[in-house]
This record gives sequence, structure tokens and C-alpha cells, in this order.
Amino acid sequence: MQVELRHIHKHFGAVHASNDINLTIPAGSIQGILGENGAGKSTLMKALSGFIFADSGEILLDGKPVHIASPADAINHGVGMLHQDPLDFPPMKVIDNFILGRNGGLFPDRRTAAKEFKELAVQFDFSIDPDAYVDMLTVGERQQLEILRLLWLGARALILDEPTTGISLPQKEKLFATLKKLAAQGMTIIFVSHKLEDVEFLCNRVAVLRQGQLVGEMLPPFNVDKLVEMMFGKVVSFGGRYPLTPGASTLHLEHISLEDVRLQIRDVTLDVRAGEVIGLAGMEGSGQATFLQACAGLVRPVAGKLSIKGADVTGQTHHVFKHKGVAYLPAARLEQGLVPGLSLTEHFVLAEETHGIFINRDQAIRLAQDRIKTFNIKGTPVSTVESLSGGNQQRALLALLRTPLSLILLEHPTRGLDIESTMYIWSKLKERCAQDGAAIIFISADLDEVLQYSDRVLVFFTGKVSSPLDAEKVTVEQLGQLIGGKGWEAIHA
Amino acid sequence: MRNNKWFNLGVQLAAVILALLFVTVILLLVKAPPLAAFQNIMIGSVGSWAKFSDVLISFVPLLLVTSGLLVTFAAGLWNIGIEGQITLGAIFATWMMRTLQDSTLPPALIIILTILAGMFGGAIWAALAGALKTFGGVNEIFGGLGLNFVATALNIWLIFGPWKRPGVASMSGTVPFDVKLWLPMIPDTRLSAWALGIAIVGIIVTYFLLQGTYFGLRLKAVGKNTHAAYLLGIPTWQYMMVSFALCGVFAGLAGAMQVTAVYHRLIPSISSGYGYLGLMVAMLVNYQAAWAAPVALFFAALNIGSIQLPVVLKLDSTLAGVLQGALVLFVLLADGVRQRFVKK
Amino acid sequence: MTPETILIGLAGVLAAAAPVMFAVMGETISERAGIINLSMNGTILLSAMGSFAVALATDSLALGFLAGAAIGALVSLIVAFASITLKISQVATGFILALLCRDLSYFLGNPIMGQTGPRLQSAPIPGLSDIPVLGKLFFSQDVMTYASFTIILLAWVYIYKTRPGLMLQGIGERPAAAFVRGASVNRLRYLYTIIGGALIGLAGPIYSLSVKAGWKGTISGLDGIGWIALSITIFGGWNPLRAAFGAYLFAILQWLGLVLQPVLPGIPSNVLQVAPFPLMILTLLLVNIGNAEWVERTLAGMPENTRRAVAKILRAMRATPPASLGVPFESD
Repeated sequence: MQVELRHIHKHFGAVHASNDINLTIPAGSIQGILGENGAGKSTLMKALSGFIFADSGEILLDGKPVHIASPADAINHGVGMLHQDPLDFPPMKVIDNFILGRNGGLFPDRRTAAKEFKELAVQFDFSIDPDAYVDMLTVGERQQLEILRLLWLGARALILDEPTTGISLPQKEKLFATLKKLAAQGMTIIFVSHKLEDVEFLCNRVAVLRQGQLVGEMLPPFNVDKLVEMMFGKVVSFGGRYPLTPGASTLHLEHISLEDVRLQIRDVTLDVRAGEVIGLAGMEGSGQATFLQACAGLVRPVAGKLSIKGADVTGQTHHVFKHKGVAYLPAARLEQGLVPGLSLTEHFVLAEETHGIFINRDQAIRLAQDRIKTFNIKGTPVSTVESLSGGNQQRALLALLRTPLSLILLEHPTRGLDIESTMYIWSKLKERCAQDGAAIIFISADLDEVLQYSDRVLVFFTGKVSSPLDAEKVTVEQLGQLIGGKGWEAIHA
Repeated sequence: MRNNKWFNLGVQLAAVILALLFVTVILLLVKAPPLAAFQNIMIGSVGSWAKFSDVLISFVPLLLVTSGLLVTFAAGLWNIGIEGQITLGAIFATWMMRTLQDSTLPPALIIILTILAGMFGGAIWAALAGALKTFGGVNEIFGGLGLNFVATALNIWLIFGPWKRPGVASMSGTVPFDVKLWLPMIPDTRLSAWALGIAIVGIIVTYFLLQGTYFGLRLKAVGKNTHAAYLLGIPTWQYMMVSFALCGVFAGLAGAMQVTAVYHRLIPSISSGYGYLGLMVAMLVNYQAAWAAPVALFFAALNIGSIQLPVVLKLDSTLAGVLQGALVLFVLLADGVRQRFVKK
Repeated sequence: MTPETILIGLAGVLAAAAPVMFAVMGETISERAGIINLSMNGTILLSAMGSFAVALATDSLALGFLAGAAIGALVSLIVAFASITLKISQVATGFILALLCRDLSYFLGNPIMGQTGPRLQSAPIPGLSDIPVLGKLFFSQDVMTYASFTIILLAWVYIYKTRPGLMLQGIGERPAAAFVRGASVNRLRYLYTIIGGALIGLAGPIYSLSVKAGWKGTISGLDGIGWIALSITIFGGWNPLRAAFGAYLFAILQWLGLVLQPVLPGIPSNVLQVAPFPLMILTLLLVNIGNAEWVERTLAGMPENTRRAVAKILRAMRATPPASLGVPFESD
């Protein structure tokens, strides 16, 4: 099916999220949509899949103008969308997820549906048990389920939003093979990503978005430098590496084992030294988040010993860790890190040591003004945290950290932030390493970020933890292989 | 911007008018004269000093429980178990009084110990709901409801069992205490200035606790985002427990006041629905301590004013509850409509 | 006690559980759609009074039951409007309505207090009622008790076996995913809240026209039923079968309270009547304790085998609410 977008405009308040987008995607092609976070990729795809309506402009399918009223209407027109976090029902069975949304009689015929499901799955070499519960599937399998469901509903154009985030390498290879096969059958694939290598490998045409505008299109062979320039508007340099001067041991893990519902981590020993940065790499849900929480005392190891600066803290609560200079910054800033409804000033008051019973308002306001200035937060002392942008929320979280600290634990510290905020956040973090000798352990899905800022890297794969790798000697490719479960023999040899 | 103070006030006024209209319709439904009914409530509450002193008697427990509930609401908790906490306060107070009434201790000391026992009893019962919530994961609404029923049963068992009047047990409660063990009353009324004073001090303390202290701010953080509060270093479950216990102290105090200042004995329905009414007051003032006292006074006036309705107009006195419920409902709905449709 | 009296007692238990059953099924459906209808306690009282008044005035049982359902639907419409359209706290609205409807029922019911009205008669099913034991137990009841058996099955089949039932699970679990599958989430939530409300409303006339016929105001003994039904819904883990089990368990306990009273003369009847409540708290504790953070920490410190065993038991007992229960849905 040929998909055509003509003069699409969409405003969100003052933001021009789609600015006169014109794009024609011929049937049977795999169209890459590149752009960094906030470039307007999602807005455009949401307009195409019926989630939002463009302020003006036209959508044409096979040359005919259509009005797409809702996501369900989109699929009636043959446009299916696979969301980054698959929109399914985790506590329900695969087969029920498959059936739901398809019209039919009062009592769905599960047996026929299961048969058709299996037939479809075989075509693409997927093996999912229709009677399994979705919450026991991996993200990759949930994507496969969604793809099958959309095909079953008659999708002729498939939009995939950042599908390679959070799935394993074999699953990624399988996904790409599937997409190529579908395209060969005449399906239109729209592949939204900010990952150059995926787009380069998979797509046979690319469009680049920046700040709501379509800044260019390209056919293979792709000029990667040119694409980068189109995405960012300038060639980005991350700045030089900082040489490591390892200090004393801050956190020491001895034969730590962890367990949660999904996976087990066995026997990890690690010595974290003052001033160093350790990056945790792995597909989402490979165990790195649990590991980081264990370092913060939020999860109790089932075996092993933890000590901070020589003091045994095994089995202690997070607050004991906190008193020993450990700080933990969760990925969900507004849900877990900050208190919506409270102002910046109130946050700073909460984070400080208290004196007496009553709060000194003037002093609190002064403190807030001071921090807002130091950390370059766009907001006032009375701004509530939910009114801040993501970047400013992260700055606020950093501003809340006490001094001195011995260990800072961060989950996706720059997720969803623009380049400027990212670099600012890291400069502040590195400052703390250099000045108060804090050590940092962080999780990131961005392998470039992991290699750029870490001194050592731990790779996680379904609960397996690599020995610490020297970030200077590992390449992005190698890391990519490892997080997908390949090449583990070599590093442990 | 239409989002200014006067506009908000207008919306609330409209809600009050709607509530009054709703009650008028209800009155017409039972073929009662609405104006006469409203007039009777007014006369029945502020028509004389005697009536108004009755309003103040009812105001005391209502304001006390409202103060306590403001603390639990700040922590994001729906302490529906407040009724049982009042009851336990009354039971503990009665127990202390029964234990000490024949002793040689000075009456003032006995009364003080009785009140303290009441506060302790309320706190225990609240802590139980709190423990179910923080350690057992049982939502405080359901734990609280269950504990309310248990408290009522315990109360009735005591009145009809171990503490029954000599001869025959009855719904009229336990044997009244000696007059010297009553909280002193203002002459010609049943109102105790002490009780009134304690209630007013209670709401003032609550106001400052929630507005100006580290404790209040931390409690709010726990209420708005428990997880973030924990990461900010606040011992969250301890704060929840303390807020439950504090609320229980207020509720127990209210129960003790009912025993020592109003009934001078334990009666079956000692909590008199003040706990639920306090929840309504807290909702109506949008959980802000500043307006709690006037609204509680108004609700108390409605309660007292409707008492003579059955005699004068052959209407059930639950009209007060209808009026109170309608007020809170319409104000809440009007606020919702304003936020949803007007601010955009 | 003879086997005969036990049989009659148990048959009575089934009848006594009928109103609670309707209320629990109604609440289960409403909560499955994501809306907590906390007004239940007041709704049942108001519909008990209202349906009795209508039946009294029209001398028609059918109209009485209809009025009960209509009152329940009307109250739930307010709940739906406040929580779906206005996005106000469902707990707050529900609680206010619980109190308001209770007082309304006492106020409006004042003139008809103590009057005798029509009463639903038992309707033994010819043939089936002659079966020994089972006939007395199941087939010599009144129409609404039969209906209460049916509603359990209907609710279960609907939720788990039908297409719209699957979508009902979907809108309470993950409305965004239901939305992309073509569900008008908020419209469906209105629909199920109102259907649930009507079922809750039917509990009223089952009391006032059958189980506890008449309207006796504050001494009707109905105040509190709604709160019990709410707890049973949670105990039932939003599954009609498990909820039905809870409702019958509760009715049996109350019956035992009555039966045991002559044996324990020192204890007033009110006390035995509340015997199920500590038990209810205990069961809520059991189904919820697996979610408590400290349990997880303690478990981690246990030896492996114990840890596995305890975790397994806790998971089996745990009841997980629909993920979007109480959360408003915005389609854009």
C-alpha cells in the first residue's frame, strides 16, 4: 500500500511538532524515519495511525485521501502501529490478546483463532504458545504477537516505533527478517528509530526529521555522516575522555546473588572505587535495574555481602545506605524521584538536613534560588516539579543530591533529554567524581553513552553479569553483541 | 484568565444553591414545606443560647475528628476507621473512669487520666489500621471499615456484658459517673468550656503542624508520592503510622470528651457518626485546616437544628445528613466541572 | 440440631446471600471496568427503601424490583460522571454518595416505616424440588435466589468467555490498549458502571421485598451490608466465582452466629453478627500481604527452600486488582 503525507501540520501549544511534512512511501518499501528525541517522529506517526489529528494536511492511502478517526479506524484502513511498549494486556493470555479487537460473534472461537495464530506464526518462524500469559513473554515476543495480530486484522502498512529498544539481538535479527519478508510481499513498513545502524541495515529509504520539519530524504547507499548532520544540525562531539585516577574502595560486593520474579543473578563480586564511573549495559529487563537497586539497598540480595567503605551493610535498608553517602536516582523522575504537587523549594527543604521543628521560609527560598541558579534550572522557587520539562526535572534531581556523596546510582540519567541537557548532566556528574571522589554506577540503553562516560562496563544478559570490561578497549559493536548474548566465551576466557 | 478567586467563589456559591435546591426538591417529595423546614433548622440551632450551646457541644467532637483527619489526609490516607477510633477512645476513657472513680485521687486528676486513656485508645485502634496498611498491604479503607464494626461490637458487648447496669442491661448505656467526675460545665448549659477549648487548640495545632513544620512537609511528600519520599530519605512507613496514631489521638480525644463532658457514661452509639461527618467536613474544606472550624460549626448547627424536625414538622432528623451530603457532593462536582470545562 | 434444621438453615443461607451476591457481582463488573463504586452501602439502603415504597404504592413486586435497579443505576451514573467525565477522586465521590443515599433513604422512608407491603413468595421448581436434600436446598427458593445463582455463572461466562467480556477486562486493565483495539473506553466504562450499579441496586429490593421484607428505617439492619459486599469483592479477586465463594462464606458465618447464640448466652446477638469482620480483615490480610515490601525483604533473607515455598503460597493467595482501577483514561 502506498502511503502519502501531504502538508501535515500539528501544533502543541507553542510547539510546532509537525511543520509541513510531505512524504511519499511506495508500497513494498521499508521507510526509515530518523530523528533524535523530540524531532517530531512520534507526532507524525500518531497522526498517521489515528491517535491524533493533524491541524491541517492530507493523508492518502493508495492515492485516495482518507480520514483516519481513531487507531481502530487506522487498522480498518490497513494501517497498523506497533508501539515501543507493545499495547497489550499483560495479565491475559496470548490468544485472548490476539482475539481482542477483532469483530465477531459473542463467543469468540478460540480454537480457530489459535489455529490461525499458529499458521501465521509459522510463516515468520515465531514460536509463541497461544495459551501463555503475556506477562511471562519477553518484549521481543510481545512485539511478535502484536505484528501477528495486526497482520491478522489485515494491516497493509506497518508502523514500528523504536522496535529495537529492549529486545535481544537474535530477536532483532528475526524482526528484521520478518520485516524484509513482509516488504517483499508488498507491505509498507515504516521504521521509526534514532538508531543509525538499524536504519542503515534495514531500510531502503530514509527520511530525517528535525524540530518538526522534514530536513531530508536519502536512498541507499547511505552517507552516515550526512545523516548525522541532518539529525543534529551540526556534527556533535562529546568531548574528550577523563583519565581515571582510581581512589579507595567505596562499594564492595562479595558473591552477591539476586532474585526477582523473572530472573536470577548469581555470584557477582565487584569493587567500586572512588571517582570511577561504571556503566551497566544490557537489554531492558536483563537484571541491571535489580542490580542497581541492590547497590542502593532497595533490594535485598539473597546471598553475599555488601559493604560501603569497609562497613558491612548487607540486608540494611536504603536509608542506611543513604546515610553512608549513597544516592539513587530512578528512571521515572516524576513518578519515583520527585513529588508532584510540591514546589522546588519544598523539595530542597526535604532533601536538606533539618534544624528544629519549624521551617524557616526565607532561608528555604534563598536556598532554592541559589540551587536553581547553580544548576541552571528553568523554573522559580515556587514552581511545582510537574511543571518543569524533563531536562529540568533531571537537573532538579541532581540539585537535590547532598554533598559529599560516596556513590551515585543512576537509572537512565539522560533518557528523553536533548543533547544540551545530556552534556550538562554529565558535566555535573563528572564534577562530583573529580571533586568529592564520588563513584557513579549508571544504566543506559544508549551504548554510545555507556562507552563515552564509563571507565568500566558491566554487561547484563538475562541475569548473567560480565566481569568488568575496560571501556577504552571495548567497541560499540562488541557491546552490542554481548547484550544480545553473543561472544560471552571470549570475555570470560 | 477566569481562574481567579471571585470566579471560584462564584462556582462554590452556585454549588451551595444547587444543593439547597436539591434538598428543596427532596422536601417537596415528602410534601413538606421547604421554607418552614429550613427555618426550623435555623431556629433549632441558633434560636437561643441553649440551642447554640448544644451546637457547640456537637462542634467539639466534630472539630476534633476533622483535625485528626486532616493529618491522615495530608499523608494521602483515607482513615475511614475513624468511627471505631472514636469508639475505642470512649471505651478506654470509660475503663479508666470506672477503674479510678472509687479511688481517693482528686477528681481533676481522674478526669485528666481518663482523657489520656481515651487518646491512647483511639491511637491504638488507628495504629491497628495503620499496621494493616503498612505491614499487611490492606487498604486503609477496608481495614478501617472492618475495625469499625469490631469496635461497635466490642462497645455493645461491654455495655450489655461486663459493664452492664445493675439489674438489666439496656441501650441507655452504663451507669453514669458521679457528678464530680464530669468535666465542668458552663452554668445553665451542658457545654464544657474545657472541651471547647481543647477542640480549638486542636485545630490550631493541626494548622501549624501541617503548614509550617518539617513534619507536615514530609507528611505531604509521603502523601503525594510515597516512593519519591522514601528516596528523599523520609522514613515513609513510620510517618504513615505516626499520622494514623495522631489521627487516632484526636479521635480518641473526641470519644473521651463524649464520655466525660457529654454523656458521662458509655452509650452504644457513642461515636454518633462524627467520624464520617468529619470526613465530609475535611472534603468540603478541600483538606485545608484554615476553613475547618467554621464549616464544622455549620455542620454541627445543621445536626442540632434538625433535631426538632420530627416534633414540629413530622420529618426525620436525617434531613441534616441529606443537606450535608448534598453540600459536599455539589461542591465537589462543581469544582470538578470548573477544572474540567472552565479553565481550558 | 437435627439434619432437617441444618438443611433449612443452609437453604436460608443461600437466600440470605442473594442480595449480597447481586451487589458483589455489580461491584465486580464495575471495578473490572476500572471504576470503584464506593457508594454501595448507601445505594443498597436507598434502593431497598425506594423499591419498597414503589411496591407498596403500586402493589407490584415487578415494579418494585425495577425501581431498585433504576435507583442503583442512577446513583452509579453520578459515580460515573464524577469519575469518568470530571475525573474526581472515585473514593471521595463514592463515599459522599454512600452517606448521602443512606440519609436520604431514612429521610424519605420515614412515612412508610413499619408498613406491610407485598413480599416475594418462594417458588419451588416442580419436579426438581422433590429431589432429596438438593431439592430443599436449591430448588425451593424464591425467584431472586434462583437469579442469584444464575448471575454468578452469567458474570463469570461474560467476563471470561465472551468477546465484550474480554474487552471489559481490557478497559480496566490497560485502557490505552483497549482503545487501539477499537473500544470507546469511557463510553464502555459508563455502561458497565451503570450495569453494575443496577445490579447493586437490585440488592435493595431483595432485602425489602423478600429477605428482610419491609422498611424499618435505621433498625432495618441493612446499614453495613454495602461495606461488607465491597470487602467480598476484593476478597473475590474480581473473579465472580471466587467472589461468590466469599459471599456464601460470609452468609454461613452469619448464620452460625445466630445458631450458636443459644449455646453462648453471655454474648449479645450484635456481637456474633460481627464475627465475620475480624475474619474479613484476616482474609484481606492474607490476599494482600504478598504485596508488602517488608515481606519481600524478609523472604530474601530466608534459606532458599523456605523462600520458594513461602513465595509460592503468597502468590497463590494474592489478588491483583485490574491495573487501571481508579485511574481515569484520556484518549489523546
